[in-house]
Amino acid sequence: MNLFSETIEQSHIPADGEASVLDMLRCARCGRDLVADVVLAGDAACPYCGNLFRQPAYRRIEAIVDSGSFIEIERETEAGDPLSFPGYRTKLEKERVKSKMQEGVVIGKATIKGQRTALAVMDSYFMMGSMGTVVGEKIVILAEFALTNRLPLVIFCASGGARMQEGVLSLMQMSRTTIALARHSAAGLLHINVLTHPTTGGVTASFAMQGDITLAEPGALIGFAGPRVIEQTMRDKLPEGFQTAEYLDEHGFVDRIVERRDMRETLASLLALHNAGQTCSSQREAH
Amino acid sequence: MTSIKQNLAIDTLPNAADPAWASVMSARKEDRPQARDYIEKLFHGVFEVRGDQCMGDDEAIVSAVAWFETYPVTIIGQQKGHTLEERMRCNFGMPSPEGYRKSMRALKQAEKFHRPVICLVDTPGAFCGVEAEAKGQGRVIAEHLRAMAMVKTPCISIIIGEGGSGGALALSLADRLIMLENSYFSVISPEGAASILFKDSSMASEAAKNLKLTAGDLKRFGIVDSVIREPEGYSRVHMDESVEAVKKAIRNALKRLTTLPPDRLVEQRQQKYLNMRWYG
Repeated sequence: MNLFSETIEQSHIPADGEASVLDMLRCARCGRDLVADVVLAGDAACPYCGNLFRQPAYRRIEAIVDSGSFIEIERETEAGDPLSFPGYRTKLEKERVKSKMQEGVVIGKATIKGQRTALAVMDSYFMMGSMGTVVGEKIVILAEFALTNRLPLVIFCASGGARMQEGVLSLMQMSRTTIALARHSAAGLLHINVLTHPTTGGVTASFAMQGDITLAEPGALIGFAGPRVIEQTMRDKLPEGFQTAEYLDEHGFVDRIVERRDMRETLASLLALHNAGQTCSSQREAH
Repeated sequence: MTSIKQNLAIDTLPNAADPAWASVMSARKEDRPQARDYIEKLFHGVFEVRGDQCMGDDEAIVSAVAWFETYPVTIIGQQKGHTLEERMRCNFGMPSPEGYRKSMRALKQAEKFHRPVICLVDTPGAFCGVEAEAKGQGRVIAEHLRAMAMVKTPCISIIIGEGGSGGALALSLADRLIMLENSYFSVISPEGAASILFKDSSMASEAAKNLKLTAGDLKRFGIVDSVIREPEGYSRVHMDESVEAVKKAIRNALKRLTTLPPDRLVEQRQQKYLNMRWYG
């Protein structure tokens, strides 16, 4: 397709009906076959060449937060089938079994090197992290939770966009998350986005682009329209490296591209800096 | 998740047995009234506000200050164009980032001068091209949504034709959302959905049905506040009846919304959306 498919593995993106995601992975960069369970239980990078795979949400949380500090909220919330969309219920069942997740995002609170934060981590192994009513609602709940508890908010984005099977109700989640996060922001609270592979569509056009700070993982696909849609529309080859994190950085939409191994440290120092600002201002007000 | 592949199968006649597809076809008809037609009929003293004062002027979005009866208002509309020449200038109603920036400029001024905002929504989708991406299409729609979530002045949005995904949504976060009977509002184009669902974009009519994208569907979901009837053979030369109905809807909404203190107005708008829950 473009440079991107050579740098980040796509062949392991599960096709419908595939028994399990977590079997074998082939590194798209160096071509080596890897045991999925082993790679994804670690830092989800190729041990030979460092190429990044998509990281499952719980594994990412483990890698980012202080051990034992994560408290999940709304774990059991599941999508229904509000439009009675053909095949959707069956697809949801399959996705739940395959990904061992209830939905495409995990939310909760945690500490990162002692810094308290609300945290949302999207999981692209569940219906490509698409945003339906539950994903939207969980982001709303988390933003409201962070507002009530005056916590900063870190969101790891990974999404193919709005979920087609929930139609216009998915589209409304763009408005709902926008509003919940605008209220959080208006209270002077910090929102950091980490854009991971892939962040596209309705998520890009809403909360993924509304943070105070925008970080991205190397090589991640980030864009509004998917590359295939653009190719069809333009009937033309896309420029090399189009819509990668590096491309967005070049065009001024990303603050920093952060290696996965440096993410915890980067987030901790940003949180500390902003939390200190809050303390300073409340001290000033007290005087 | 926008596919704006515009399969203009206009020769397919609307079919009463297939109301979803009939709406889509009707919303795309070339002689259907567009934003500039409504602007001419609904407002007077129109002064067009052009350009985003950064990159250029995007004719897919028309913005103006004008009078609606006794109210000074701001207008933001999406224009597709009637003739081929106009359609090309308007990029077939697919706005680019500079269009949304122009629109945000209008929103800011509306707030400053306490003018209500009237949005006329009609787009197959935000433009998806290399240049639009490079200029931050996703970012600018996100910003536009936030601007509409926060703006301290009444916002009334009317979907007059195509409500194509995020590009339409950007102008639809409002205090009141009104739809013309044969407009549609969808997360993805029926053709896009069909090519994903059935691997066949010619099954768009089937996909349209599944997407629940008609004005009636949206009213049932509680997303749309009211639906305006269209007479038989609704077109830009035969639109007066519906224009009267649109006027009445705007008038009623303005009467209520302009009495609210701005903070309450914004709170009420935000709560309306936060209370929309359909899952489980």
